[in-house]
Amino acid sequence: MNNTKTAVAENNTPWNYLFFAWIFATSGTLISLFFSEIVQLPVCVLCWYQRIALYPLVIMLPLALFPFDVSITRYASPLVTFGWFVALFHVLVVAGIVPEAAQPCVKGIPCSESHFTLLGFINIPVMSLITFSLLGLLLFLAKKSYIQTHNKTLNRT
Amino acid sequence: MNNKTIFISVAAFIGVIFIAAVGMYKSQQSSTIASDKLPALERIGAPSKGGKQAKVTIVEFFDPACGTCSQFYPLINNLVKKYQGKVNVVMRYAPLHKGSDDVVKMLEAAHHQGQFWPALELLFANQQRWVEHHVSNPNSALAGIKTLNVDHDQLDKDWQSSKIEKIVAQDIQDGQTLKVRATPQFFVNGKPLVVFGYEELVSLVEQEIAEAY
Repeated sequence: MNNTKTAVAENNTPWNYLFFAWIFATSGTLISLFFSEIVQLPVCVLCWYQRIALYPLVIMLPLALFPFDVSITRYASPLVTFGWFVALFHVLVVAGIVPEAAQPCVKGIPCSESHFTLLGFINIPVMSLITFSLLGLLLFLAKKSYIQTHNKTLNRT
Repeated sequence: MNNKTIFISVAAFIGVIFIAAVGMYKSQQSSTIASDKLPALERIGAPSKGGKQAKVTIVEFFDPACGTCSQFYPLINNLVKKYQGKVNVVMRYAPLHKGSDDVVKMLEAAHHQGQFWPALELLFANQQRWVEHHVSNPNSALAGIKTLNVDHDQLDKDWQSSKIEKIVAQDIQDGQTLKVRATPQFFVNGKPLVVFGYEELVSLVEQEIAEAY
């Protein structure tokens, strides 16, 4: 047990992955809040579902950083998966691939409308999809590198 | 540097960036609207009160089903009364609630009979009787308006006419041009109320009065 702890302390990689995941989650949260509260863009239903998946990570991830607790990958991944699928659906709605009738949006705030575009193709749902993809990747890498470290320690003993 | 120091400094850095971005956005936000959009503010024949000679004009985009609009109604009246002859209020339709499209048409029909203000007052005062869960019930609203001294047949004919439909469509389009996304939205002499609130509105109006008189 002691050996494992030392090994984790020596190898900071899993911690770094989680830390970067936290940076992305927090940046995404603040950017979405910036658009809705400061620029006052309307928030559609799909955006809310993605927010539900993203915002808790800002609080959850630091709890797993101090002290380092790799089991966060288990608790955070359902949120990230859910958010990823909603973001994907949202991107398809904006792109017009999902037909109008399939949109669960209330009148007045259509999800198919994009209010903000960067470089011609990066709108808010695309940013969301990128964020959730990165979060998923980072959680996976954190888990993987933790297991590797763990195995090495086991082999040494 | 240990992990805790890194975490705290990055968190502080992100916080500072966010505050700086908010500050930058707020300072860049213009307190006037672009001159090419100014014609969208006023339309001839829109319901107004306070006198045509007034040099300060408050343009309010409203939805009769909006609770905040109803709360602001007496406050706006107070402003018009307090600065008698100096402040004029122009009402523009922004039917954002479901079902409100028809209700604003009825209001416009009442306006054609010179009954806009009594009708609006009635609808605001009895909002809970014709708005349920943020959905307007045009039939109840119409029944309410008919309790006023209006020609019922004329009202029925007018509110479904293409003439009134056009007027309301124009207001909705102007609202989109001026980026009205919530009601009530106020413009005082072409300046949008950037931070929403009654105190903020009063100070904007007072500032315009001081400039105009």
